[in-house]
Amino acid sequence: MTKPYLQISTVGIQFGLNVVLQNVSLDIQRGEFLAIIGHSGCGKSTLLNIVAGLLQATTGGVLLEDKEVNEPGPDRAVVFQNHSLLPWLTVEENVRLAVDKVFGKTKSRAERRDWVRHKLDLVNMSHALVRRPNEISGGMKQRVGIARALAMEPKVLLMDEPFGALDALTRAQLQDTVMGLQQKLNNTVLMITHDVDEAVLLSDRIVMMTNGPAATIGEVLTVPLARPRDRLALASDPTYVACRAAVLQFLYERHRHPAAA
Amino acid sequence: MTDTPLPSPSPSLALPRLPAFAAFGKSVAARVLPPLVMLVLLIGLWELAASGPKAALPSPSLIFKQSLELIVDPFYDRGGLDKGLFWHILASLTRVAQGFAIAAVVGVLMGVLLGQSQLALRGLDPLFQILRTIPPLAWLPLSLAAFRDSNPSAIFVIFITSVWPILINTSVGVRAIPQDYRNVAAVLRLNHLEFFFKIVLPSTVPYIFTGLRIGIGLSWLAIIAAEMLIGGVGIGFFIWDAWNSSNISDIIVALVYVGLVGFCLDRVIAGVGVLCARGAKA
Ligand SMILES: Nc1ncnc2c1ncn2[C@@H]1O[C@H](COP(=O)(O)OP(=O)(O)O)[C@@H](O)[C@H]1O
Ligand SMILES: [Mg+2]
Repeated sequence: MTKPYLQISTVGIQFGLNVVLQNVSLDIQRGEFLAIIGHSGCGKSTLLNIVAGLLQATTGGVLLEDKEVNEPGPDRAVVFQNHSLLPWLTVEENVRLAVDKVFGKTKSRAERRDWVRHKLDLVNMSHALVRRPNEISGGMKQRVGIARALAMEPKVLLMDEPFGALDALTRAQLQDTVMGLQQKLNNTVLMITHDVDEAVLLSDRIVMMTNGPAATIGEVLTVPLARPRDRLALASDPTYVACRAAVLQFLYERHRHPAAA
Repeated sequence: MTDTPLPSPSPSLALPRLPAFAAFGKSVAARVLPPLVMLVLLIGLWELAASGPKAALPSPSLIFKQSLELIVDPFYDRGGLDKGLFWHILASLTRVAQGFAIAAVVGVLMGVLLGQSQLALRGLDPLFQILRTIPPLAWLPLSLAAFRDSNPSAIFVIFITSVWPILINTSVGVRAIPQDYRNVAAVLRLNHLEFFFKIVLPSTVPYIFTGLRIGIGLSWLAIIAAEMLIGGVGIGFFIWDAWNSSNISDIIVALVYVGLVGFCLDRVIAGVGVLCARGAKA
């Protein structure tokens, strides 16, 4: 076992008296794609925000390449749930803002322009460079959000329910895009989801969280499916079905949502 | 991503242009005619009401006769205060422009400070809430005492009148910046200056312009009153002067000008706001 690339060790956080996370420890290898799944309100976003540096853990800490994480930075780019593109900038300008900030000193103007175009091409958004966010669909906005995050060349890509607000067909398209990107770029990814199929399809390991308050990691499931994966072929694959059943069992038998119980 | 079919050219474009023009003309007429008819009606009523021998105010036809020069030649200048209305309004507008410009800069900067800093908000907000209720003219004696000159005093009154709505609206806008945008800025490690110009200003533009619009309206209200007291060239003192020489017709002509200029100021700020806010809505 090699040294972990990203190390989350005994992280806990509380807001006032409300203990949201407790004793969360997780080691992530370089190039791994991890899905975090759990019922809503258990603290998934909070955990992601701690890794992003947007929140400070009350106890424990996060190490990235042996360096402690204590502030946000482009080496941990985030794809936010509600796209969070700046509505007064065009698609290209949104990505450009990130690229100018991250590579302003190391790349020439022309290089940065090509970089932006290339990343938007990776997510099939080259046709909408001059459109504004309110002129494109929800799926396209998420594509641009992914391009913006990728354009920062992050060490870890953080995604907070990136496709949660999309319809099933658009979501499937975006999942395929993300799988394709992962095949090409081999990023280290931490993705939150509440969709069991999405977790099994995309990830190398699935982290299942218990319900809050004081949520922690309940179980980690390795998904031993070969890549590239094909959603149609997998539907009847026994390994896929077994992984899916394991996650469902965790979520709906052993850790039912408190509000649903 | 499905391709939406291109809209087929509308049939009206293929036909001769005449029907399209007729429709356009109709829609313009529908907007312009009603206010025009109302205006004619009101002036007619006024003419009737003021035509009696004991009427206190002059009728429109009398005003036209008495103040003909004022109406047809706003540009005459015989030195001193004996100038056309253009020069008086220009003097008033200059004061408003100066006071309002200072108010815009100070209001936006202070508004951003109050919106960003909880501490500044707690410390300054109660003070501002009290200060902003002081009527504009109440500041005039104090500013005359401080500046010892009428022009800077008038400019100060404009400033102190219009700064509050700008400041308060800006701070509300800054507090309304979505957490998402702040997170984006944090992940990108934007510094304070970049954060101000790339996130705060663009996302607050609609709020700022709401404040500017209220502010310019208040300025125009305040300058007329202030000029009545400080004298010199300016539309406010022109009205006061006309009253002192019992020249009611001149007053009414000046009021029409004041109303039109106030309306234009409001439209200009609103128009600039629309230009600046393009795309600022999510
Ligand atoms: N800034 C905060 N202040 C107080 N409580 C918070 C804050 N952020 C999150 N919480 C609480 O933490 C819990 C987990 O929230 P979250 O991480 O958003 O859940 P999830 O993303 O799993 O749906 C919720 O009960 C929420 O009320
Ligand atoms: Mg969440």
